[in-house]
Amino acid sequence: MRRWQIASFALFFGLWELTGRWPVSPAFPPFSNTFLALIEMIRDGTLGKAYLITAQPLALGIVLCAIAGIAFGIGMGLSRSIEWLSLPVFIILQAAPMAAIIPLLTYMYGIGMGLSRSIEWLSLPVFIILQAAPMAAIIPLLTYMYGIGLTSKVLAVIMLAAPVIVMNSYKGIRNTPPSLLQMCRSFQGTRVQEVVKIVLPHAAALIFTGLRLGLAMGFIGIVIAELLITPTGIGDLISYHSSTADYPKMFATIASIVAVAAVSLHLLQRVEFRLFPRD
Amino acid sequence: MTEAIVEVKGIGKTYDSGVEALRDVNLSFPKGQLSTLLGPSGCGKTTLLKIIAGLLPRNAGQVLVKGKPVDGPGPERAFVFQDFALLPWASVLRNVAFGLELRGEPKEKREEVARKYIAEVGLKGFEHRYPAQLSGGMRQRVGLARALTVDADIILMDEPFSSVDEQTRRKFQEDLLDLLRHHQKTVIFVTHSIEEAAYLSDQIALLSPRPGRVSKIVRPNVDHSRSPDEIRRDRGYLDTVDEIWGMLRQYV
Repeated sequence: MRRWQIASFALFFGLWELTGRWPVSPAFPPFSNTFLALIEMIRDGTLGKAYLITAQPLALGIVLCAIAGIAFGIGMGLSRSIEWLSLPVFIILQAAPMAAIIPLLTYMYGIGMGLSRSIEWLSLPVFIILQAAPMAAIIPLLTYMYGIGLTSKVLAVIMLAAPVIVMNSYKGIRNTPPSLLQMCRSFQGTRVQEVVKIVLPHAAALIFTGLRLGLAMGFIGIVIAELLITPTGIGDLISYHSSTADYPKMFATIASIVAVAAVSLHLLQRVEFRLFPRD
Repeated sequence: MTEAIVEVKGIGKTYDSGVEALRDVNLSFPKGQLSTLLGPSGCGKTTLLKIIAGLLPRNAGQVLVKGKPVDGPGPERAFVFQDFALLPWASVLRNVAFGLELRGEPKEKREEVARKYIAEVGLKGFEHRYPAQLSGGMRQRVGLARALTVDADIILMDEPFSSVDEQTRRKFQEDLLDLLRHHQKTVIFVTHSIEEAAYLSDQIALLSPRPGRVSKIVRPNVDHSRSPDEIRRDRGYLDTVDEIWGMLRQYV
């Protein structure tokens, strides 16, 4: 297994080297040059500085999502009547492309269901849509509404990460096997015991998976934001080296963010498997 | 006849979908005996059991436990689930002690009680295993042990052996009879197996399908103090099986 993984990496970098040496395009440097550029950027500290900047909105966004998103997902799963909770959803809704949403909304709300006040009905379609909406198209709107500072970038991370975090928490809660709930009631368990001892432990694994997938989305969000809003951190390095035609450095930056994202997700997955062993 | 510990009077149940599951069901369950609800699938036997357990609301009628009407689950009734209903993230020990955990018993006390019943159902040594590591039969023994820990007089069992293989089932049935006789429990048991009903029961209520009604009450003439193999060759046992099949075949 491990041997094949190494072979696969070797093959990939080998092909990269070959295509880079072949004069396909002057903008495509071979692997060796890119690797040297990467070492140089690590040595002189530019890469480290850039990651410090990029990490801020990413961490802020993910932490906010982890707290509010999980709470909201759990609320959606548990309660059908906390109406005010669905309010923030509509604020997010304002930023989404309305034209695409209207037919879906009519479909979800309209047919035969009448007006329901439940959180589930109000907010489920919103998160389904957010999962599918093209986020890059919304980023200019964010800049327009919140300027070019940290807020916009944090929001970009949140908008990408929140749906999957909320939906996973919600599904985890809703998929509790009914016989476990009946079991709890048959032993005169209270509603609080039901939630604390059965529903939440059951949902924990899915909630954690949601966090991991949310972080993956967050990486996408932060890079898009740093490229489209104002170049800072990693986005700044990419666009700066692109504009000065220093392609080895540009590719080194891109490769580094891919590697950082992949490694951190892999580590989270290992934590996940340790905490929640599969049957 | 011994006094009834559970009585149901005029029970009716119609699901939201419009399906009428039960109509005017009247039954009494004698104290200390094993009563079976038997019938083809869709006759509402599980529905009736869950109404007695207080897990499902009824549309009509009354459930009396020890003479008092009840509307929800109570400490004098414990339920054994068809799909075991074990917590997959909890060890056998915690699962068995879970009923007591919900009642707020201190950890040491409830684990002591749980260990005793784990041994009684024959799972000694498996206290720290998880449900996924056990066979179907062993999982159901965990479910049974959990129901016994809370010291309820009445044990309600919903097709407890349906996901257990045949050999395990026989052994389990024999153990069940021993255990219940020993603890003098009243058992209400749902099954669709005629042999199981005739072998285990003091009283069998035959339910007719859609809507479920009591079509006949059979009291098998089987001496439960005899050995399992003797019972299975016993005239009374075989006659009961024939009699029930004669009545049930019209619904199949």
